[in-house]
Amino acid sequence: MILLLALMIGILYTAGFYMILRRSIVKIIFGLIFLGHAANLLIFTVGKLTRNSPAFIAEGSETAAATIAEPVSQALILTAIVIGFGVQAFAIVLLKKAYIEVGDDDINKLQSTDKLD
Amino acid sequence: MISLNNILVLPILLPMASALVLLAFRKNNKAQKVIHLIASILSLITAIIIFVSIREFGTVSLNSGSWQAPFGISIVADLLSAIMVLISAVIGLSTSLYSFAVIDNRHVKYFYYPLIQFLLMGVNGAFLTGDIFNMYVWYEVMLISSFVLLAMGGKQEQLEGAIKYVTLNLISSSFFLAAVGLLYGLAGTLNMAHLAIKVPLLDNQNLVQLVSGLFFVAFGIKSAVFPLFFWLPASYHTPPVAISAIFAGLLTKVGVYSLYRTFTLIFVTNEEFTGTLLLIVGLGTMLTGVLGAAAQFDFRRILSFHIISQIGYMIVGLALKSPLAIAGGIFYIIHHIIVKTNLFYVSGVVNEYSGSYKLKELGGRFKVTPFLGFLFLIPAMSLAGIPPLSGFWAKFAVVKAGFDLQDYITAGMALFVGLLTLYSMIKIWNEVFWKPDPNEKNVSNIIDSKKKIYLYIPVVSLAAITLYIGLNAESVWEIAQEAANSLIDRESYIKAVLGDMK
Repeated sequence: MILLLALMIGILYTAGFYMILRRSIVKIIFGLIFLGHAANLLIFTVGKLTRNSPAFIAEGSETAAATIAEPVSQALILTAIVIGFGVQAFAIVLLKKAYIEVGDDDINKLQSTDKLD
Repeated sequence: MISLNNILVLPILLPMASALVLLAFRKNNKAQKVIHLIASILSLITAIIIFVSIREFGTVSLNSGSWQAPFGISIVADLLSAIMVLISAVIGLSTSLYSFAVIDNRHVKYFYYPLIQFLLMGVNGAFLTGDIFNMYVWYEVMLISSFVLLAMGGKQEQLEGAIKYVTLNLISSSFFLAAVGLLYGLAGTLNMAHLAIKVPLLDNQNLVQLVSGLFFVAFGIKSAVFPLFFWLPASYHTPPVAISAIFAGLLTKVGVYSLYRTFTLIFVTNEEFTGTLLLIVGLGTMLTGVLGAAAQFDFRRILSFHIISQIGYMIVGLALKSPLAIAGGIFYIIHHIIVKTNLFYVSGVVNEYSGSYKLKELGGRFKVTPFLGFLFLIPAMSLAGIPPLSGFWAKFAVVKAGFDLQDYITAGMALFVGLLTLYSMIKIWNEVFWKPDPNEKNVSNIIDSKKKIYLYIPVVSLAAITLYIGLNAESVWEIAQEAANSLIDRESYIKAVLGDMK
């Protein structure tokens, strides 16, 4: 399972960076989303995978059983997912607005801020 | 009775509360200004109280929700945090006054003032948190506010600048997140003081080194170091000048602060590797920034490149890592934030008079507004490191640290970059203030007198602070030294957060 996830993370990172390096602004969005997912899965995997024992304390007992899934990494991922959603939604709107303004989805056309006057 | 610990949340809560109140007054421009100003003054007062008491009592920590550290999120203020919060409050207040003059109604209608407060909340949160994941969250608060502030004008160049800024900063965030995850997997804790105990004891120091590299890339993008700075000169000159100024003063320095924090507290093994890495990157940053500036002919773009070059000095201060160098770096941060924000203010005032930021379209300002010329000279000469202004002492400390360690290349490079900085500042002086105006008719000397007050008060007060730091360098230097000592003495930080637990 760990191997599978590790491969998945690797593929997501590769795809994400590849997409960001493309010239189309739509692909940048996909790249950013992939990178976000890759980081989330990475946290999930390094938090050690524990099957069939969710991070709950059984009713009536004071402490958790010896092996439960790592609750902290799950909490981190949840936070990161929420933040990621917001930021990605903003990025989509921004790129759409820029597309309307520039009239082209080619990143190479976005050079007006780098010109020397 | 409010105890000292609880005051630590105020630099975060005050901006949040005022931002929420501001949201309710969307239609009322005047009420927004008043609330924003009051909130900024209150923030400054609390920041002063925190600073004075931390200086007296040392590092203070607060366990939020009374969760015992390291299980809950700690809010920790050592002297460096207190200094940073104090300066961010100074910049917040001066920018709020400046905003009254330069921010148009459209921006106000689209939540300019609440966004600035949210930005300050994120910045202060990042300075005060004692938890590495929490720091990520504050970074995101700060980033999303800055994204909106950057793009809200809706002009083509602003959107283009925002795309570059957003994309590169999101990549940096994903690095940061991955690094936090890996560090948690290695050490099993997120509390920075707890990490400081556990990380040096880990068996697999190679992995620690890798993770520290990831943190370096994440913070390096945010603090615009070589070769990761490209988003900065592409975006900082596009928004209204009040936004540029607050970004220039505070945002990159949050990255620098995080580098100082993590590389003095958590990643203290492998000193040779991190020291070399930081030194090379710092020198590269210094040099590329200042050379980039030499090629530019836009007021704010020159200043943007100089942010990068100055960041280099701070990184070099951290890389040399002697007490003198770190104190010099901290002094540099203090001096730089004040001076750089002020230079952006001056560029905005010039723009209010002449309607341009392009050096070729400007000229003759000294003849018409000599006072503004002097106000420009104070921060400009300070940036270049002319004695007795603040920049001289900052550069002096870093250069002396280099000589003390017999690192002559670093010291020589720092001096050389100072010379090139002087060149850029003289270029601005010649083009904007000294040469005859290219289009004589456009020279206006008339700004609405009420607007003029709001434009000049921030410039004059920051120039006064620069003079104060320069002429009273010894007392500021003492503060920087105390802050550096508390960074180097990791035990005091750990003890303040975790008590005597080991």
